[in-house]
Amino acid sequence: MPRPAHRKPDYHKINKDLFVLTYGALVAQLCKDYEKDEDVNKYLDKMGYGIGTRLVEDFLARSCVRRCHSYSEITDIIAQVAFKMYLGITPSVTCNNSSRTEFSLILDKNPLVEFVEELPAGRSSLCYCNLLCGIIRGALEMVHLAADVTFLQDRLKGDRVTEIGITFLRKLDEKKYRRKK
Amino acid sequence: MADEALFLLLHNEMVSGVYKSAEQGEVENGRCITKLENMGFRVGQGLIERFTKDTARFKDELDIMKFICKDFWTTVFKKQIDNLRTNHQGIYVLQDNKFRLLTQMSAGKQYLEHASKYLAFTCGLIRGGLSNLGIKSIVTAEVSSMPAYPDTGLHPKTPRSQPELKPRVRCSTNCATQVLR
Repeated sequence: MPRPAHRKPDYHKINKDLFVLTYGALVAQLCKDYEKDEDVNKYLDKMGYGIGTRLVEDFLARSCVRRCHSYSEITDIIAQVAFKMYLGITPSVTCNNSSRTEFSLILDKNPLVEFVEELPAGRSSLCYCNLLCGIIRGALEMVHLAADVTFLQDRLKGDRVTEIGITFLRKLDEKKYRRKK
Repeated sequence: MADEALFLLLHNEMVSGVYKSAEQGEVENGRCITKLENMGFRVGQGLIERFTKDTARFKDELDIMKFICKDFWTTVFKKQIDNLRTNHQGIYVLQDNKFRLLTQMSAGKQYLEHASKYLAFTCGLIRGGLSNLGIKSIVTAEVSSMPAYPDTGLHPKTPRSQPELKPRVRCSTNCATQVLR
């Protein structure tokens, strides 16, 4: 059946596109401002950190998650609740070490790169989605968990999947975090 | 919607990031506003393309402005423009009584001068959207008052008076002679 000539646009999708396009414009501007890829990556991480520290409050208010008792629970919540809520995707979680402090989030689909064909020339070590690492790091720090978050694999750089590695370091505060009821 | 929180936070971080890396001064302030406006321009162009892919052709300029006020504004800011005025000679004034990007700012006149930083991106958004619809324009914005809270020491969720955003859009159909920024 032929598509009708005039259709109402999908507003929900376009609203998602707003964030993706804004992020793209931001990265493009940063590439203009900074010559080195490491500087752009660092800047994106710092921005993400600032966003993460605030986003976690919004997340906790919306999601009503219960208190977590292990790092793997936390990582599951990040993947299945937080990512789903904000980006509409559910990465899969794998544990990378026996002491259960290193995890990976495997993203099959990454909405942030929807309009990206390839990395710009001469920018082969640019971590396009480094904002996500900063967001996760900032959010975890606000719940008193120190973590190292980096990209282990990136589809834009030719890898098969996009993989974010989260390594939990020591707890920042001895007092356990209590969610206000 | 959850996406909105992400976009708001990203926008705020972008504004503070642009200004943090700049020095003080009138010239630098202008440069930062231009940077933000250009980012908005790129996003506006992309957004309007996705938006109008399947919509009917616009009859005239006023039709386009109405589209911006209703559908475009609703998708991006979850509400319509409250008031549209025009002199039918190329100048349109759009008024938003509760501009989404400013509602989270505190009351009083102290931050009024900083409000323009948070409007630059949106001005670019409108200019970019219009540009891809074939209209060259200059978009400026002004804020007459921020939300004013009663002085009770508490911060009620619904502000008494609303910020007004009145971008003045001058559209020229004679593109060849108009010199723009």
